[in-house]
Amino acid sequence: MKVKYFAWVRERVGKAEETIEPPATVRTVEELIAWLSGQSEAYAHAFERPKVIRAAIDRAHVKQDAAIAGAREIAFFPPMTGG
Amino acid sequence: MTCPVTIRIQEDDFDIAREIALLTNSRTDIGAVVSFSGICRADEESAKVAALTLEHYPGMAEEEIGRHVDEATSRWPLNGVTVIHRVGRFMPGQNIVLVLTASQHRQAAFHAAEFLMDYLKTSAPFWKKEESATGTGWVEAHARDDEAAARWTKP
Repeated sequence: MKVKYFAWVRERVGKAEETIEPPATVRTVEELIAWLSGQSEAYAHAFERPKVIRAAIDRAHVKQDAAIAGAREIAFFPPMTGG
Repeated sequence: MTCPVTIRIQEDDFDIAREIALLTNSRTDIGAVVSFSGICRADEESAKVAALTLEHYPGMAEEEIGRHVDEATSRWPLNGVTVIHRVGRFMPGQNIVLVLTASQHRQAAFHAAEFLMDYLKTSAPFWKKEESATGTGWVEAHARDDEAAARWTKP
């Protein structure tokens, strides 16, 4: 699946997007955040306050208990500050 | 009732008068147009802002605004909606966002414009980075914006 990062999540991860293949045991957004956090210091820093992180699956907001099965694109970003 | 919807994300500035003219273009069923523009402000709580950079999630930003425009048109009798959000780097005084709502009567237009702005701030995927004399940093989301959006879901 494709993963995109925005704002300070993107800066901390060090890339805007990538393709990942998490193990089948990673079923929800929350579990994906935990799995990514274990990949490197950069991810751990980006996701150090997991409750603050917002997520979207296929360009629609989801809660962290949402299942990731079948997702084409998952995005992680901070709370929005547009307008 | 036809309700043309325009949603644009662009780097270029917008011309409010031109956008209103496009919305009301030779129609006689519109009695009210509400226009809201959001402008880059120099004075923040902490320091003088030198510039703002707006980042967005291409694709989702348009879709998310579209979902809220759909909700607005189902809640109020609207005759047209325009939402333009700029991205890029802005100096104080420059335009950032424009919301236009047209209706037969003012109340629906006022309510819909406010509703759209409240949701634009809390759920459209845009992020502001602020440059000031004290450094550069991402703008924190405000609880007051969440509260403003939440009032539309109260019974």
